[in-house]
Amino acid sequence: MRRVAQFGRFWWDFVVGDDWRAAAGIAVAIGITAALAADHIAAWWFMPLAVAAVLWLSLRRAARAG
Amino acid sequence: MTAGFLVASAFLASAVEFVEALTIVLAAGVSRGWRSALTGLGAATLALAVIVAALGPALTQIPISVLRLVVGALLLAFGLQWLRKAILRASGFKALHDEDAIFAKELAEARAAGRDERAGLDWYGFTLAFKGVLLEGLEVAFIVITFGSTQGSIPLAAAGAGAALVLVAVVGVLVRAPLARVPENTMKFAVGTMLTTFGIFWSTEGAGAHWPGSDAALPAIVAFVLLLSFGAVTLLRRRHVELTAA
Repeated sequence: MRRVAQFGRFWWDFVVGDDWRAAAGIAVAIGITAALAADHIAAWWFMPLAVAAVLWLSLRRAARAG
Repeated sequence: MTAGFLVASAFLASAVEFVEALTIVLAAGVSRGWRSALTGLGAATLALAVIVAALGPALTQIPISVLRLVVGALLLAFGLQWLRKAILRASGFKALHDEDAIFAKELAEARAAGRDERAGLDWYGFTLAFKGVLLEGLEVAFIVITFGSTQGSIPLAAAGAGAALVLVAVVGVLVRAPLARVPENTMKFAVGTMLTTFGIFWSTEGAGAHWPGSDAALPAIVAFVLLLSFGAVTLLRRRHVELTAA
């Protein structure tokens, strides 16, 4: 059981890293892009803006935490 | 254009990880003997080659739009992790990676560990080198597979990673010391920028949206990510100076 938990922890750290909110933000941004594209709305501009917001919020959290 | 990006990204990402792996192998070799350390290095390299060989062809069976969406999301997750660390280090909020200090720590731990011989090898030295190379190399393997499969050229990405491996190995053998002078943070910044750029591009395409000008949009995305990163470094540096002065 401990080994399973370690294995899960490894993959979590590997993919998600230090800030799960950033990974969640990216997932939400992809979902919104897909929804806009499905409605035939030009959506290419959304992901860069979402990445900028996600990165800045993540950096701000890290800087505040010291 | 994208072939150049592909090789450069695989080369830089691999070089950074191989420099870190070299530090661990050196610590294992110096403290526990070269036979165990080099066997660990060889076994981990073989394991990574098997992962790339097994997953690479399997990924080519997945529909390209699904592949680009998943790969784009993964590259964004990796890219933002690299970029975040590089920005925090460049702005003073995180200590720079110090290969000399890491080498000294690994060396002290390896020297303090008891001797356990298995299959004629010093088990600590073997597992230290094996785990170090496998864990550092796994991210490289992911980058090679994901970049290579979405660009339709795993061999080209593997060539970039292979060139980095040869370069780091040759320099490592020549200097026999941790490569502390490698500008690791600058390289991490560059890799983070490339991974984030491709992540933005492919996740958008995978989600069903299309870039104006298709591949020609990539330089504009690179410029955007660079601008964003340098802007963040400038703002955070200012904040760091204010905090340390207060």
